[in-house]
Parts: sequence; C-alpha cells; structure tokens
Amino acid sequence: MLNVAALLDLVHGAGITVTVSVLAIASGIPLGLLLAAGRTGRIRAVRGFCAAYSSFVRAVPVVTFVMLIYFGLPALGIAFDPFPAAVVALALNTAAFNGEIWRAAIVGLQHGQLEAARAFGMTPNVAFWRIVFPQIWRSSLPSLVNEMTLLIKVSPAIAVIGVVDLTRKARQISAVTYEPLPAFISAALIYGLMLVLLVAGARWLEKRLTRRFGFT
Amino acid sequence: MTFRVDVIVKEAPQFAAGLGNTIWLCGVSMALSLMLGALFLVPLTSQKPNVRRVAQAAVDAGRCIPFLLLTYLVYFGLPSAGVVLDKWTAALATLVLYNTAYMAEILRAGWASLPAGQTQAARAFGYSGFLLLRRIILPQLVIALGPVIGNQLIQLIKDSAFLSVITLPELTFAANEVQSYYFVPFESFLVATLLYWALCAGIEWLVRRTERWASRMRRGHA
Repeated sequence: MLNVAALLDLVHGAGITVTVSVLAIASGIPLGLLLAAGRTGRIRAVRGFCAAYSSFVRAVPVVTFVMLIYFGLPALGIAFDPFPAAVVALALNTAAFNGEIWRAAIVGLQHGQLEAARAFGMTPNVAFWRIVFPQIWRSSLPSLVNEMTLLIKVSPAIAVIGVVDLTRKARQISAVTYEPLPAFISAALIYGLMLVLLVAGARWLEKRLTRRFGFT
Repeated sequence: MTFRVDVIVKEAPQFAAGLGNTIWLCGVSMALSLMLGALFLVPLTSQKPNVRRVAQAAVDAGRCIPFLLLTYLVYFGLPSAGVVLDKWTAALATLVLYNTAYMAEILRAGWASLPAGQTQAARAFGYSGFLLLRRIILPQLVIALGPVIGNQLIQLIKDSAFLSVITLPELTFAANEVQSYYFVPFESFLVATLLYWALCAGIEWLVRRTERWASRMRRGHA
C-alpha cells in the first residue's frame, strides 16, 4: 500500500499534469482558431502553411515532438526550460487538432449566412465575431472537450524532458519503494478521475447551453 | 548552424531499423487487437445487460489509461506480480492491451450503426454468437470501418514512440541514440518526425485506396 507521503507526492504530480494541460489547452484553443482562420482565409501562402503545419503536427508523436522542441530548437537559438518547453509543445500539438475542429465547424456553416452578413455591410471581422463565432464555439464544444481528454492522456510525454508529472512521479515512487503496482494503479485511478470529472463537467455545461439557447 | 546531412546519411541504417521496428510492432499489434476486439464484441453485444455493462466498463477503463503509464505497469509493475517480460514482449503486450480497448469500442460503435433488423433476421435463420459475428457482422464492419481503423493505426504508431522510454529500439529511440552520440538533436529529431509524417501519409493513402476498392466491390464492378 501507498503511505500518506507517497499519496501526497502523487497528488502533487497530478497538479503538475493539470497545470501543464490547462495552460496548453488555454493557448491551444485560440491558436487552433487562428489556424482555422488561416486555412479558410483568402491568402494562398497562409492557407498552404496552415495546412502543412496541421498535417505535420498531427502525424508526429507527442514524445518525439517534445524532444524536437526541447533538444532540437536550441540548435536554432530557441532554448526553453523544461516546463515552458512542455507547455509550448503540448499547446502547439493540441492547436493543430483544435484547428481541424474549428475548421470543420466553419465549413459546416451555411454559406448564405456569410453572404447575408456581407449584404448587410458587415466587414469580415464583424461577421466573424457576430455571426460565425457565436455558433461554432457551441457546436465545437463536444469535439474540443474530446481533444482535451486526448491531450491529458498524451501529457506523460513531457516526462521525457524531466518534467515531473503524475506518470513520472508514480515511476519515481515505484523505484524508491520497490513496490510498483500500488503507485501505478493509484496514478491510473487519478487519471481516470480527472477524465471523468472533465467529461461530466462538459456534459453539464452542454445541458445548460442547450437550455439557454434552445439548441446546440 | 550547419545542417549535418552527413551524420543523417551515415546513420540512415539506424533510422531505417527504427522505422522498421515501429512498423512491424504496430502492424502486428493492430492485427492482434483487431482479433481480440472482435472477440470482445461477444460480451459487448450480449443480450444480458449485466454482461454488457461489465464489458463496457472494462473497455472504458482501458481507454482512460495513458499509454506511458500502461507501459510502466506492464514493464515495471507486472514483475512484482510474478510476470517478467523482456522489453520486446512487454512492448507488444502493451500495444495490444492498449489498442484492444479502442478497437473493441470502434467495432461496437460500428455494430450499433448496422440496421437492427439485419441481426434479427440472421438470428431468425439460426445464426448466433461467434458464427453471427464472423459471417454477418464482421465482414461489413471491416469494410465500413476502414477509415476509422486507419486513424486508430496512426494513433497507435504515435503512441508507440513512448516505447523509447523502456529503450525499445523503435524510431524515436533511434533518433535519440543518434542525437546523443553525434550531438545533432535538431537534425536527428527532424528526420524522425518527417519519417512519422511520411508513414502516416502512406497509411492515409492506403485507406483511401481501400475505400475506393470497397465501393467498387459494392457496385459489383471488380
């Protein structure tokens, strides 16, 4: 069995996992929106860049991507400490997936709406914030939450650059106590709890939104 | 900064070996977990609600565990329960165990989308259990789910990079070896990420071809 000190240690690791994930999600969602805007925009070079970025980042394992950012980028003169490198890597990764979600929502909008907005004299900017965004953030919410759960599940990748998250903490405890199973199983339960809470919170929010707006 | 192409060319065999290991490990795991996932369909679609609930809970729990944590559990945790695996067996076992939960869920969702009358008709003709699965349900699912299974294979390949942590010589491990020996971190990891990109693009291309082939089959041309 785990003693209290080890359990507190695990909770501390869980705190790191949550902090890094929240920071990555909070910056990855707007970044993804920017990517989607670039991909559906009018400038061809920007469209190409955003498409290539999205395709590349979504195909690369997060572990390898974290290593590229932390070990590789200093060769180009961009150096990070482990913690900011972890946040940057996870944010850049989740942004690519969020970008796809935003793009699908934008493409799914009825085209007539934008034409109507233009006919009313709205600039593209106003049309985006008044017509497009209020609709797509609600329809994208379930997919965005799904991507958040995926991000939490790949977040142990940051352990390879020495950030002591929940998984690495469990490994350390198991190496000290010579009893790996309690530490790993407790960590698995904590991950399960985080995901269940996240999904339950999202369901609650969706229900409130449906009640308030009458539709999703 | 100079881009050390010479190191990459010289160490090309090591990258190729890593890529090869990544491909065969993920390919074999995918085939095995497709079979295990199909077996899991029996309890998941059982007519007894309790059997169904327990099976679904097991699948959901499996999908909650991060891949690296599962790797640790299998490689460092199981020995204390008396099961000692070498790193290759541990890697394969982790990949299969992890992926089976996802494959079972994918197959179940696909099964749920089949018209219910079809299964009822098959049952009326005396098909049940495994025979029903093998003759009626699975052939349709594998064709209908081709793209989803392709995406899951890409997911599996990306998760397999975690195996470098238990020093399994797959692609990310190879890149790490090269970078630490020659100190060329940027070149080495860039090459590895580009190889992953190419691999995933190849899988997507294969899926699209299979889809086209399947739709021709359905129209009865090929």
